[in-house]
Amino acid sequence: MPKDSGIGASSKRREDVRFLTGEGNYTDDINVHGQAHVYFLRSDIAHGTINSIGTEAAAGMPGVVRIFTGADFEGVGGIPCGWQVTDRNGEPMQEPPHPILAQGKVRHVGDPIAAVVAETLEQARDAAEAIELDIAELPAVVDMKAAAAEGSTKVHDDLTSNICYDWVLGETDEQVVSDTFANAAHVTTLDLVNNRLVANPMEPRVAVGDYSRGTDEHTLYTTSQNPHVIRLLMCAFVLGLPEHKVRVVAPDVGGGFGTKIFHYAEEAFVTFAAKACNRPVKWTASRSEAFMSDAHGRDHVTTIELALDGDNNFIGLRTNTHANMGAYLSTFSSSVPTWLHGTLMAGNYKTPMIQVNVKAMFTNTVPVDAYRGAGRPEATFQLERVIDKAARELGVDPIALRRQNFITEFPYDTPVALTYDTGDYNGTMDKLEAAADIAGFAARKAESEANGKLRGLGVNCYIEACGIAPSNIVGMLGARAGLYDAATVRVNATGSISVMVGAHSHGQGHETAFPQVVAEMIGIDESQVEIVHGDTSKIPFGMGTYGSRSLAVCGSAMVRATEKIINKAKKIAAHLLEASDADIELKDGQFTVAGTDKSVAWGDVTLTAYVPHNFPLEDIEPGLEETAFYDPANFTYPAGAYACEVEVDPETGKVTIERFAAADDFGNIVNPMIVDGQVHGGIGQGIGQALLENCVYDDNGQLLSASYMDYAMPRADDVPFYTVDHSSQTPCTHNPLGVKGCGEAGAIGSPPAVVNAVIDALQSGGKDIGHIDMPVSPSRVWAAMNG
Amino acid sequence: MTQVTMTVNGRTASGEVEGRTLLSSFLRDHLSLTGTHVGCDTAQCGACMVHVNGEAVKSCNMLAMEANGAEVATIEGQAAPDGTLNTIQQAFQDHHGLQCGFCTPGMVMSAAALLKDNPKPTEAEVRAHLEGNICRCTGYHNIVKAIMAASGQDVGAIAAE
Repeated sequence: MPKDSGIGASSKRREDVRFLTGEGNYTDDINVHGQAHVYFLRSDIAHGTINSIGTEAAAGMPGVVRIFTGADFEGVGGIPCGWQVTDRNGEPMQEPPHPILAQGKVRHVGDPIAAVVAETLEQARDAAEAIELDIAELPAVVDMKAAAAEGSTKVHDDLTSNICYDWVLGETDEQVVSDTFANAAHVTTLDLVNNRLVANPMEPRVAVGDYSRGTDEHTLYTTSQNPHVIRLLMCAFVLGLPEHKVRVVAPDVGGGFGTKIFHYAEEAFVTFAAKACNRPVKWTASRSEAFMSDAHGRDHVTTIELALDGDNNFIGLRTNTHANMGAYLSTFSSSVPTWLHGTLMAGNYKTPMIQVNVKAMFTNTVPVDAYRGAGRPEATFQLERVIDKAARELGVDPIALRRQNFITEFPYDTPVALTYDTGDYNGTMDKLEAAADIAGFAARKAESEANGKLRGLGVNCYIEACGIAPSNIVGMLGARAGLYDAATVRVNATGSISVMVGAHSHGQGHETAFPQVVAEMIGIDESQVEIVHGDTSKIPFGMGTYGSRSLAVCGSAMVRATEKIINKAKKIAAHLLEASDADIELKDGQFTVAGTDKSVAWGDVTLTAYVPHNFPLEDIEPGLEETAFYDPANFTYPAGAYACEVEVDPETGKVTIERFAAADDFGNIVNPMIVDGQVHGGIGQGIGQALLENCVYDDNGQLLSASYMDYAMPRADDVPFYTVDHSSQTPCTHNPLGVKGCGEAGAIGSPPAVVNAVIDALQSGGKDIGHIDMPVSPSRVWAAMNG
Repeated sequence: MTQVTMTVNGRTASGEVEGRTLLSSFLRDHLSLTGTHVGCDTAQCGACMVHVNGEAVKSCNMLAMEANGAEVATIEGQAAPDGTLNTIQQAFQDHHGLQCGFCTPGMVMSAAALLKDNPKPTEAEVRAHLEGNICRCTGYHNIVKAIMAASGQDVGAIAAE
């Protein structure tokens, strides 16, 4: 029987009530008394030298409060990068300045040039039109390989080239690499593109700065996944403010998917301008503005080679990638193609020799950073595509080839720096074969063919590394932040509990799932536990939500804090029951002396903690509130296998997803309903990447896909119902809940399944097509079929 | 500036607006009905969907002045006065048809318009109807399921997971 509360129950989400009735409190719903509005005048060219910015006429326009340009920010810090990658020669990456407003040059369409603060947004926008710009256009650098060429125009004049770093992981002895490939019985090579995407949470970014001269305190309301990270970066690196004078609030946030991790110039601007103008300043992005100012995702160009021996064992893997950084380094941009990508190239397989090379490039495009999966989808896509191609070239079953090469013993040290703690890849593949009804594919294929359609089946595996940690290791790898999290459990006198967490919920349902854990540990009703998040003035210093880390890292901190609460409560109970601490048991909210019928209720103990008339004051303090910081010993390693069935219309090249099944091993699961929802959403985004989405620049650096008219978001009729199975469970061995994280799996695991299925369909139609780049649009399919 | 007056969720509402003021801005900024969300600027995403004289309308694509004299319904008026969720809202909660909640008001208003015209839509009809409402969180699975459940259809046979 499914549980109806606590860990393992599909508790309905309590946050839904406010979202379903229009009572959510998103940042754009916040209006501070007396606020002015800012409009950013952004570059409409990709690259140019700013000769002059004439603001005089604009400053006289109705409602204008003040106009800012880069000159107002001389002496103010720039947006920092949070991860220093060391290149293959031991040198630090090239790290250009990233000003709040452009200084001297504009480097991408959307680069902010001036900011107009006015009484209303309309007045600010009107005045911006009156600003006189003299910008000399320069050649734009768009293509990554061209950017790497000798003599290319440089995005940053002060850097030696457009190469941010040239990085290698795994086997560094070139002789070993070439010998491996020379000795291979078969080598499969694949050139591919991981298409540039825009995360597109439905809520555009918003920032409201407020300042009080009376107290010298700043408040920033912002659409962020991690308010403490924003406060730290903005205070320490940009504005030089004392952290205790700055409060950052991220209220209800309408989706993040990575792009709301980063510290953006607009956040620092409204904080700065609120003090400079001595009034609150609000910025709300339009969707078009979001397309040219939110950090983009993916954008890798890769050549991957897989070497196999005569028995079809994987013996070597070599991959070379150009990764786009855009014009500036966004907060975690440099870590994505390296430590979140190269480290995943072993996948689920025991390939003994792996070499990963990544060249990160500056181009005149919007900065690129983490988007749902962040590096892991790029690794999974190339690996699972090249394996599929190898199976086809060798004439073997792609599932059998994968199974033959699976890692089966744990812990397993990969050649690319990770130690997988646990997993059961064959067991998970068994679940997939059942969930996808792979045995029934042949009959469905025959039916499609009878209707004049080609049908294909694509299968792939994935592994991801979640809950990035531990801090001391990532520090050695270049992270400029710790990667722990924190929770404070505050028990109230009447027994209800507030849990202040560093993780941030922007769709993940923490307000429902986290209480399930605390309630289960104590044995009280979930409704007695409330989660507080998203406000640096209320919560302990935590690192926020990204990388599928919330439950594995912050949830572990919450467990540790709750354990401290229980230990202290047992001491109080022992005092009340005149027994030894060691004899007290807690079950269903009752403290009992083991082996007796003497007991005291949770609520009586908590009341005693705050009304300590009969209390062991000599031994412990009154009150019942505990904090724990948790720094994981390792990543967690969710893994799974996905299957997609497509129909291809040979007349038009249109691909239709007919079936999609996912089998995931997330370890233990707290709320299966929420986990299913996370997988569904990830698959939806993965299908979007595979079939529809593409962020396109022309050769001049013009962004051609800057609205929903041009950037194809997946809609309800682009996707089917999904079958999701997460009954394959190997609990994480190193966190107290045995959980692994589920937020990104769908987006990581689904694109190769879709493309593998399309290729399978085309092959079955007699076309020897090795690969089609994403998005696999009708025009690309049709061209491949008729090329 | 022009005076506009309309009935919003059964109450008379008036305000002074510029000619260019959108209905979505009037609802959000003048009436503080911030449940109507703005997710794009090209009338694609549907987060701002409301009902005007009983028809589903993207309120970012209509001037406030065009709604002068109209009956407007927004997400804030969908639950019963005592707070009880309506059938569609309850189905969205029961079937986890929302995550971040940003597109949700538009989804609920869109679903209400569908079920008014087509009380028992098929899966394909629900998906086709939602063409004008973008959700980035759910992959649409549970939204489609919730709308079919709200129409009284048995969704037990739909892949539960």
